[in-house]
Amino acid sequence: MKINLLSFGVAKDIIGHRFMDWELPEGATVADLRTQLIERFPRLEALASVRMAVNSEYAHEEHLLEANDEVALIPPVSGG
Amino acid sequence: MLEIILTDSPLNSQHCTDFVANDASGGIAIFVGTVRNATKDKPVLRLEFEAYEPMALAEMQKIAEQALTLFSVQKIALHHRTGILQIGEAAVIIAVSAPHRAAAFDACRYCIDKLKETVPIWKKEIFEDGEVWVAAHP
Repeated sequence: MKINLLSFGVAKDIIGHRFMDWELPEGATVADLRTQLIERFPRLEALASVRMAVNSEYAHEEHLLEANDEVALIPPVSGG
Repeated sequence: MLEIILTDSPLNSQHCTDFVANDASGGIAIFVGTVRNATKDKPVLRLEFEAYEPMALAEMQKIAEQALTLFSVQKIALHHRTGILQIGEAAVIIAVSAPHRAAAFDACRYCIDKLKETVPIWKKEIFEDGEVWVAAHP
C-alpha cells in the first residue's frame, strides 16, 4: 500500500523532499515505517527524537497504517 | 472564546487584547515571544518558521481548549507566525482574559509552555556563516 509521507525541519533536509510516496506492506505500523526510513536515511537515527503524526494526530509506534494515510515526520518542535 | 491564527503576516498584540477584552474580565495577560538577536552569544541575522499548518492549528486549538477547562479564564487569542522574521518581530502572541489575574497569568504560561512541546512548528536560526534548525527539546 502507498502512504503519503511529509517531512519538516531537519527531517526534510535529511530526506530531501517535503512530500513523498512511500510503499509499505499491508498491516505495517508506525514502527515498521520508522525502521524502513532509518534504513534508507541513516541520518534520521541520529536525531534526538522524531515523532510521527498520522493524519495530523500524534501516533504511537504500534499504530496500524492504512493506504493513503498522511504520515508526517515531526522532529523536535521549536515554535514560540 | 478562542481565536487561533497561523499567519505569514506580522502579528498584532492590540488585536489580541481587543479580542479577549470583555466587560466581565478583571485582567488580561499577554505573552509576546520575539526574535532575539543572538543565541549563545552568536549573532542571529533572522529566523525562519516552518509549520505543518493543519496539525499546528489543531494542536493550538487543543491547547487553548485545555486552558479553558483548566483555568478560570474567559477568552484566549493564540497567534503564531510563519515565514521569515527579523530581529525584534513577534513570533507568537498569547492573550488571555479572566475575572482575576492569577488565572490569566497561569493560563498564558500554560499555553506557551504547551505550544513549545507539541505544536508542529520549527524555527531555523540564520547566522552569518550558516543556518541551524533549533531543537527545543533535544
